[in-house]
Amino acid sequence: MNAPEPKDAFKVVGTRPIRPDGVEKVTGKAIFGTDYKAANMLHGAIVRSPHPHARIKSIDTSKAEAVPGVKAVITGADFPSLEDIIVRMGESSGSTVDISTNIMAKDTAYYDGHAVAAIAAVTRQAALEAARLVEVDYEILPHVIEMCDAFAADATKIKAAINTVGLGEGEQGRPNASLKFTSAKGVAAAAMANAVHVVSGHYSLKPVHQGYIEPHAAVAAWKADGKLDVWCSSQGQFDVRGLTASVLHLEIGNVRVMPLEIGGGFGGKTTIYLEPVAALLSKKSGQPVRVAMTREEVFRATGPAPGGEIDVKLGADADGKLVSAEIEFQYSSGAFGGGDAWAGVMHSVNHYAIEDYKVTGWNVLCNMPKHAAYRAPGAPQINFAVESAMNDLADKIGIDPIELRLKSAVKPGDPSMMGSKFGEIGLIECLEAAKAHPHYSAPLGKNQARGFACGTWMNYGGPSTASVSLADDGSVLVTEGNPDIGGSRASMALMAAETLGVPYEKVNVTIADTSSIGYSMVTGGSRTTYATGIAVIEAAKAVINILRERAAKMWETDVANIEWIDGSAVCTDADNAGKSFTLAQIAAKAGATGGPIAFENGVNPLQHLPGYGAHICDVEVDKETGNVSVVRYTVVQDVGRAIHPAYVEGQMQGGAVQGIGWALNEAYIYNKDGRLDNAGFLDYRIPVASDMPMIDTVMVEKPNPGHPYGVKGVGEVPIVPPLAAVGTAVSRAVGKPMRSLPISPDKVYAALNGG
Amino acid sequence: MSRNHVTTTVNGDEREFLCSPGQTLLDALRDELGMTGSKEGCGSGDCGACTVVLDGEMVCSCLVLASEAQGRRVETIEGIAEGSQLHPVQQKFLENAALQCGFCTPGFIVASKALLDKNPNPTETEVRYWLAGNLCRCTGYDKIVRAVMDAAAELRQERTAA
Repeated sequence: MNAPEPKDAFKVVGTRPIRPDGVEKVTGKAIFGTDYKAANMLHGAIVRSPHPHARIKSIDTSKAEAVPGVKAVITGADFPSLEDIIVRMGESSGSTVDISTNIMAKDTAYYDGHAVAAIAAVTRQAALEAARLVEVDYEILPHVIEMCDAFAADATKIKAAINTVGLGEGEQGRPNASLKFTSAKGVAAAAMANAVHVVSGHYSLKPVHQGYIEPHAAVAAWKADGKLDVWCSSQGQFDVRGLTASVLHLEIGNVRVMPLEIGGGFGGKTTIYLEPVAALLSKKSGQPVRVAMTREEVFRATGPAPGGEIDVKLGADADGKLVSAEIEFQYSSGAFGGGDAWAGVMHSVNHYAIEDYKVTGWNVLCNMPKHAAYRAPGAPQINFAVESAMNDLADKIGIDPIELRLKSAVKPGDPSMMGSKFGEIGLIECLEAAKAHPHYSAPLGKNQARGFACGTWMNYGGPSTASVSLADDGSVLVTEGNPDIGGSRASMALMAAETLGVPYEKVNVTIADTSSIGYSMVTGGSRTTYATGIAVIEAAKAVINILRERAAKMWETDVANIEWIDGSAVCTDADNAGKSFTLAQIAAKAGATGGPIAFENGVNPLQHLPGYGAHICDVEVDKETGNVSVVRYTVVQDVGRAIHPAYVEGQMQGGAVQGIGWALNEAYIYNKDGRLDNAGFLDYRIPVASDMPMIDTVMVEKPNPGHPYGVKGVGEVPIVPPLAAVGTAVSRAVGKPMRSLPISPDKVYAALNGG
Repeated sequence: MSRNHVTTTVNGDEREFLCSPGQTLLDALRDELGMTGSKEGCGSGDCGACTVVLDGEMVCSCLVLASEAQGRRVETIEGIAEGSQLHPVQQKFLENAALQCGFCTPGFIVASKALLDKNPNPTETEVRYWLAGNLCRCTGYDKIVRAVMDAAAELRQERTAA
C-alpha cells in the first residue's frame, strides 16, 4: 500500500464535527438493547444457580408452568447436543460446548449465577414469579475460586475433562490448568546470572468486570419457517449470528441479527449469553421473547477479566539496558477453557528489546463465569507487574524511569515477540513526549507522589465490509457492519467525505443487519477505524471511478481524460478541458448514464500496527484514612493519525480511568460459600466523576503506512499502563511496594501503619 | 393482581397509566408510556441512567414507585429539548464529544440541567460532585465535565443578553 497522505492535505480528516448519531443519543431517542420491543412480545426470566459448583440432579418445572401467563419453560435439556466445533471470532475463541454450557448449565452448575432454566411469560412479573417456583435438586460439589486454591497441585479438579493446550501428560500436576504457554528467546537464566542489576517481585490482581452501563438484553423471534430473527446490542452482529447459529445448530443464513445501539462493551459484548435462550423460548412459545439481565445478573454471569498471580524478574546491565526477563504467571479463566494467558505472554515485554527472556503463562479454571475479553485482554495485568518492576529497577539504579525505558524501548525494525519485525511504531516518540510534558517535572504537593508506566497492545485488522452509494441529489450513503461504540460513524463519515471530496454533512452512515451487508468482524481489537475504515475508503475510491466513467460518458470522452479533484470530475481532453461536473451533477444523471452508483467492498487488511502509550499519574494519599486520590493524570499515545481527534482523546481518557478503577477500587469479592458478595455498582465501585481529575491527553501522530490516512488502533492501549502508573505512585507515597490490586484504602492504611 | 390508576404530568402533558403496586416509575415510563429515553443500568439507584426530575427534585426513577407519581410533575430526557431545538446542555455534549456509547447520556443530561437550573455558575468540583451519582464507563468524565461547564457559560450569556 502507498504511504499515507500527508496531514496538511486533509480537508476533513482531523476535524471534530458532531457525530451523525449524536442528536438521537442526547435526546433519548436512540434504541439500545433494552429498548427494543417486538409486537406480541413475551418477557423472559432466568433461574440461576445459587451454588458455585453443583451437580443438577433434577429440575421440576411443573409449578412454574402452572403460573398464569407462563408460555414456555426451558432448561439445558432443550439445547441441541454439544458438538465441539471451534468458533473463531474477534478477540476470543471458544468451543461451542463451552459457550453453550456457559449460557445454560446442562448437568452441572459451575458458578454462582450460572443459568439453569428460563421462563417466558406475558409479563416480566409472571416470568419472575415462575422462576422462583422452578425446583432444582442440587448435589453441592466442592468449589475453587481463588487462584492460589485453583492452581494448587492438590486442588479440587472442577471439571472432569477439560481441553488442555501445551500441558502434555499428567497436566504437569495442575488439575485445573487448561493452557501453559511459553515464549522464550536466548537463555534467560544465564543472562540473568550475568546481569548487574536485578529486581523481582510477586504481583496479584483480582478479576474485574468490564462495567458497561447497559445490561445485556436480546429479543428473539423464532418463525414458523424455522428462521430466527434477533435484535440485540453487541460488539458485532455477525459474530452473534455465527455463535447463535452454532449453538442452536442452525444454518447461518437462517439467522438474521439486527444491531441495536450498544451501551458499552469493552470486549464483554463480543460473545453471547441471552440470544439462544430467547430463541428457544420463542420456539417453544411461538411468540417473540425478550430476555434482559439485571445488573446483578451482569456481575454474576458475564465476563470478568482474569485475575492474575505474576512473578517477574528483570535484569539489566550496568548502564540500565535490559538483558533478561524471567516471568511466570497464572490467569483465571472461569470454569471453561480459553483465556488470556497467551495474550499476557505476548504483551509482557513486547515493548522492550531484550536478547534473552522466558515468559510462561497459565490459564487456570475456577468456579466463575467464562471470562470475557476486556479492553486489551490479558495485557494490563502483566503490564502492571513488568512496569512496576521497571520502576523498581529505575530506583535501584538511580536513574529516571523514562530514561531507563529509552535504553530498551523497541523501535521500527526491532524483532517483536511474534517473530516479525516492528513497522512504524511510536514508543520512543511517546516516551520523549512524556519526558517533555510539563506534568513530568511539575512539583508535587504534600503526601503526593508520581508514577510512570508505558505499555502496548498489538491491535488488529481483519475482515470488514462496507458499501458506498449515492442518491440522485448527491447524498452519500455509507453502510457498514460494525456497531458504533464510541463515535465510529463519525470516523467513517470523515474518511468517506475526505476520499470523495464532499462535505462531512453530505455523508450518512448506517450500521446494517446481518442480511443487509457482508461480514464484518466485531468492533474490538481496536480494529474498526483501521479495517472498516479501509473498506469505506476503498469503496469510496471505487465510486469515484464509477463517477469518472459516468462523466466520461456525459462528455463523450475516454475515462482516462477525467480527473477527480475536490469532489468533482474535471475533464482534461481538448474539447472540454477544464470543465467539471460535481458529484451531485453526475449522480443526478445516473439513470441515463448506467444506473445506480454504488459499490460494496469486502477487505481483510492486516497491516495494522501495535499501539503504545505512556502514562504519568500523581496521587495524594490521605494518611488518616488510607484513601488515594488521583490528582493529575496525563496520557501520551501514538495514535497513528486521529481521524476524529475528540473521540481519540475520549478513548485515551476512558481507558485511563478504567485502568485507574482497576488499580484502586475494583475487584470481585466472593464469600466462603463461593457466592459473589458485590454484584452491584454500590459495592463494585467503578470511578465516579468526583474521583477523577481532568485527564490530559497528548496525541503523538506517527502514521501507519498500511492505512491510506495513517490510522492505528487507539481504543485498547490506554487501559494498559494505568495499573503500574497508579500503583507506583501509591507505592512511592506510602514508601512501600503496593503489589496487590486493588490498592484499596485498607491496604494503604495498613502499609502506612506498619502492616 | 389489581393495578393502580395513576394520573401524572410528564414533560408538561397530562398522562395516565395503570401500574402494579410494586412497579417503579422507570418501568412505568418505559413500559406503560413507551418513553425509553430513561435507562435502567442497575435498578438500585447507583448508576443514575434513569435520572428524572420529580416536582423539581432530581431522583433516580428506579427508586420511585410509579404510584408515587400520582398528581406530580415528571420531567424526563424526552422533555429537555424544545421541539427540535436542543437545550444548551445537549448541544454542548455533542460539541464536546461528551458521549461515547451514549447509554448513560440521558441521565447525565437530565442531571446536568437540574444542576444548572439551581446553580448557573458551578465550579468544576461542584459539577463533579453533583454528577457523582451518574456512572459513565466510556469517557472518564473529562469531556462530560467540560460540556457542563460550557453549557453553564452559554446559559449565563443567554441570561445576560435577555
